Amino acid sequence: MSEIPREKVEALYQRLYEEAEASGYHLNPDKEFTLGLVESLLINEARYGYWACPCRLATGEKQKDLDIICPCDYRDADLLEWGACYCGLYVSEEVLRGERPLQSIPERRPPEGQRPQEQPARAPAVSVTELPLPVWRCRVCGYLCAREQPPAVCPICKAKRDRFERFL
Amino acid sequence: MNARGRIPGIRNQHQVLFYALSTCIWCKRTREFLEANNIAFDFVYVDLLSGTEREAVVEQVRRWNPSVSFPTLVIDGCRAIIGYRPEEIQEALGL
Ligand code: SF4
Repeated sequence: MSEIPREKVEALYQRLYEEAEASGYHLNPDKEFTLGLVESLLINEARYGYWACPCRLATGEKQKDLDIICPCDYRDADLLEWGACYCGLYVSEEVLRGERPLQSIPERRPPEGQRPQEQPARAPAVSVTELPLPVWRCRVCGYLCAREQPPAVCPICKAKRDRFERFL
Repeated sequence: MNARGRIPGIRNQHQVLFYALSTCIWCKRTREFLEANNIAFDFVYVDLLSGTEREAVVEQVRRWNPSVSFPTLVIDGCRAIIGYRPEEIQEALGL
């Protein structure tokens, strides 16, 4: 299936592995399985220009696919409930240690019309008028920061700026 | 990789339709399972289709699986198996 050179796949695997381990996430230890997904991320990068989730049908329009750009908005909830993300690229500690089986899990992404990027930007739920700076939340991992604009890349999960929402 | 096709198999008493994505590893596992068990099936890689052809196939999948997730396996036009579920496939096809 691949036109992606093996070295490129290995290099991205290595980078994702290091980034994951540095922030408390784990790649699937089944290396062939994981390399297959990393290769798919590169195929989707060539196809769409971004890392659309390999196991979901992307539209090719970035704004519509925002919630399924890897790491997707659903990863952390799936890790907690099922021990793995939808594709099985990321796994929990129990799965990593072999204490819990890896399985194909149900789709958490809501149907069209109910996805995070389709909701109108809401005013923060609590209004804190005294704050000297707005607070931004990473939709992927929940990281919060108070600054004029969200960071270019989430320091925890490496999601890009467009995955942040105004929290306070 | 072809977007559509038919895999012949000795076990061809059931009509098996396999809707998949070419980049999805659970789809790949499901296909390997079907092939290892010599099951005849038709496949469609929906991510490799475009335009109205793709829309039509997405609508077919939606009828069986409202979240339009993959793999979706439709057996004899009366039952869908969603995700990589080897035991369910075995049971549905009487393997
Ligand atoms: S984190 Fe989300 S987008 Fe990335 S591989 Fe897993 S399920 Fe797909």
